[in-house]
Amino acid sequence: MRGSGLRRLREDLGAELIRDITLVCLAVGVVGVSYGAITTSEGLPVWTPTYLSIVVLAGASQFLFTALVAAGGSPFAAVLAGLLVNARHLPFGFALADTVKDHRWIGSYLMIDECVAFALAQRDPVRRRLVFFTCGASLVVCWNVGALVGALAGTAIEDTDAFGLDAALPAVLLALVLPALRDRGIRRPALLGAAIALVVTPFVPAGLAVLCSLGGLVLARPGHKEPDRPEPGRPEPDRPEPDA
Amino acid sequence: MIGTTEILVAGAVLGAGTYAYRVAGPLLHTWFTPSLRVQALMTIAATVLLFALGVTSALMDGTHLADAARPAGVAVGAVLAWRRAPFVVVVVAAAGTAAGLRLLGL
Repeated sequence: MRGSGLRRLREDLGAELIRDITLVCLAVGVVGVSYGAITTSEGLPVWTPTYLSIVVLAGASQFLFTALVAAGGSPFAAVLAGLLVNARHLPFGFALADTVKDHRWIGSYLMIDECVAFALAQRDPVRRRLVFFTCGASLVVCWNVGALVGALAGTAIEDTDAFGLDAALPAVLLALVLPALRDRGIRRPALLGAAIALVVTPFVPAGLAVLCSLGGLVLARPGHKEPDRPEPGRPEPDRPEPDA
Repeated sequence: MIGTTEILVAGAVLGAGTYAYRVAGPLLHTWFTPSLRVQALMTIAATVLLFALGVTSALMDGTHLADAARPAGVAVGAVLAWRRAPFVVVVVAAAGTAAGLRLLGL
């Protein structure tokens, strides 16, 4: 029963996509290890990484929480900073509302950046749903296992930069989003938005710069040219995701 | 240093707030279905945010510029992705470039 279910999933997703998701899960897992290690080496209790990973499940805000609290900041400030960083999940929820509509409580919990990017790269709604839930569930497991291992191992693996993981995760997002950017109606707001975000990053609190990228949406007024082909992730048939 | 209760409460508040962001869209969706145009706009908004997140985390480390290795690695990955290289190649090349440059002491 279970075996056939897994085999079915494998057939539905395709070997290529499963490999891609596995790779991202591994990378996220290793970042989870470093998160756990950094958090406990900063003197926070060993259960903290696991607790935050379960109740928050948003890596960037968890790292920030650790950094602010370890620097002697108040928990109140750490929560506010985290909420600012995570505000981007609000539009994610609207973009994926249809995708999670049958399981919205659990689906909303799974809206992790990489998972959102994987899902939005799929055009077909059924496939998008399958990819979202598969990727989300896998990421939850990897992130939590990583955080726990890191917390227990202490300072064993703290510097994941040596493995280039700090370059791998932005590359994951770009690789998943770039196909949508072949559509001019999306490329213009995205490029404008990224430029705005870069310019304001040095001057605003963490998280706000990324939100400012939505200004690109206002300036570029997308969809005016191609109102009938708005889906990103759509175009090229030989896209990375299913190019097996 | 922060106490146990403070971590528990702060984590719970941050978790609840984050979940509220995520669930707002799906919940609203059950009361009314936004027009296709609005849905498309939301998808573009999410794409713009993810792209900005990728670009800023490639170039910036906090509020200052990242070291050269990270943007170099991401740039290699981005070029490969634009040229439709397989996803695995993109990610491994990005990480490998950054790690290699650091190994060389750059």
